[in-house]
Amino acid sequence: MAKVWVYAELNQGKLVATTLELMAKARELGDVEAIALGAGAKAAAATLGKHGAKVVHVNEDPAFDDYLAEPATDALASLHKEAPADLILFGFTTDSREVAGRLAARLGVGLISNAADLDAKDGGFVAKVPYFGGAKLASMKANSKPAIVLVRPKSFEASESGGTAQVKELSASIDAGSKRAHIVERVVEASEKVKLEEAKVVISGGRGMGGPDNFPLLEDLANALGGAVGASRAVVDAGWVPYSMQVGQTGKSVRPGVYIAVGISGAMQHTVGMKASKVIIAINKDAEAPIMKMADLGVVGDALKIVPALTAAVKAKKK
Amino acid sequence: MKIVVTVKQVPDPNATLTLEADNTLARDKEVVLDPGDECGVEEGLQLKEAHGGEVILVSMGPERAKDAIRKGLSMGADRGILITDPQLAGADALLTARALAAAIKAEAPDLVICGTESYDGSTGMVPPMLAELLGLPQLTVAKKVEIDGSTIKVHRQTADGYQVVEASTPALITVTAGIAEPRYASLKGIMAARSKEIKQIGIGDLGIERGESAETIEGVADAVARKAGVVIEFDGTAVDRIIHLLAEAKVV
Repeated sequence: MAKVWVYAELNQGKLVATTLELMAKARELGDVEAIALGAGAKAAAATLGKHGAKVVHVNEDPAFDDYLAEPATDALASLHKEAPADLILFGFTTDSREVAGRLAARLGVGLISNAADLDAKDGGFVAKVPYFGGAKLASMKANSKPAIVLVRPKSFEASESGGTAQVKELSASIDAGSKRAHIVERVVEASEKVKLEEAKVVISGGRGMGGPDNFPLLEDLANALGGAVGASRAVVDAGWVPYSMQVGQTGKSVRPGVYIAVGISGAMQHTVGMKASKVIIAINKDAEAPIMKMADLGVVGDALKIVPALTAAVKAKKK
Repeated sequence: MKIVVTVKQVPDPNATLTLEADNTLARDKEVVLDPGDECGVEEGLQLKEAHGGEVILVSMGPERAKDAIRKGLSMGADRGILITDPQLAGADALLTARALAAAIKAEAPDLVICGTESYDGSTGMVPPMLAELLGLPQLTVAKKVEIDGSTIKVHRQTADGYQVVEASTPALITVTAGIAEPRYASLKGIMAARSKEIKQIGIGDLGIERGESAETIEGVADAVARKAGVVIEFDGTAVDRIIHLLAEAKVV
């Protein structure tokens, strides 16, 4: 059996959702060992066991929470030296990819990034990587040992398989020289009402909204539907709305029951993060926009007129 | 302060992407300096203006990638280095990072600025690899940068706000597109850029070798496409049809 590692990302003591999605796939591919570092690692081990980890390597040194990327890279590299893995899985998240990149460079191996699926084949691993707006899927065979693969959030469904993991204390040798990029403060700016990733309905706005002043129209519709508001990279880059609202390759991946894209053309960067939604409704002034070709219903017209009319109709229906 | 900014030439994000017969992205169409890197250049220039020093642009790509460097030089950067070699064509992230690291190491900069990720690949793997190979701390996803002597402090964007991250220079930072509005090149800047140096180097100058690629592409398939639905004009029935869909999905 292949030895598969899952890097169990913790965010302030809590397991990041993508980790458990990775576990569901990892246990199909081999014997799973998870590595949990920082505050909450031991508590997370029980959950990881239920999701199929046979062993969980833990270490709660505060350095893992206080310093970016390098302490975790040290721990993974030293564990790999003792007992090498065949495959190391990371979520394609900001924190995980920074660790994965450093680890790959340190081990001198390549990696496969942004994978949407993964299978064992001929004693190795083949990842499916979407490109060209998700219209194409490339099958990439990993040539390195260990194979390092970063998987997009929401690629797999998390599920418990039952079981208890053996918890092993990872004797990490964190080099003092690795305590460098020091997190000295954490500032919370936005408190989301309904979490974008968990919302049943997501209404996202793009350049076609005309400007940040029109985003409250989307908020009104989201409130009426009990949903959340997202945005395209273009308007986040333009500073109209905060990054926390970005849906797409760089931002959040969502798969709600209904996704309403308003004034979004449907660039690959965006569609990769929302194409798995059950129902897609597009509102756009351009009938030829790529988003129209993937929407269940496309409405051609002025978003600033359509959205308020829709909000009123939803409110009337709910009465 | 010696500042290196990595820059990449990418297909114009505003142009429609097309595929070649072999399913690779057509990259010979309209190409531009990566908009994310433009912000990196701008941040480098602002730091130079505040603290003095030099801004060096480093890129890897075919010879025409000089145009991307030239754009940054016309904004005000001092000189450029282009790594170009047929042996580096189709390089994966690690080989790219190795080549960039070798070129950057020779400059011994105080600060390396990268975009968070490129507009075309969007994988964001080169900056952490580069930081590791250069032996530098990485301060990432910065939307604000402050330098005080040998201390660098960034606001690192997170899902719900930001972290304040501090380190000593030399360091590598990745910056978000929101960090600074790139300046337009002035006519004077464009003229001046023509005489600025762009040093061209090959794999032999860097002392690296092309090893095995991280992955072999076994095949390309069409992803399961969503069936196109109906497209209607916004008329008297459009809102009802949306409501009907919402009701079917049980959200109203």
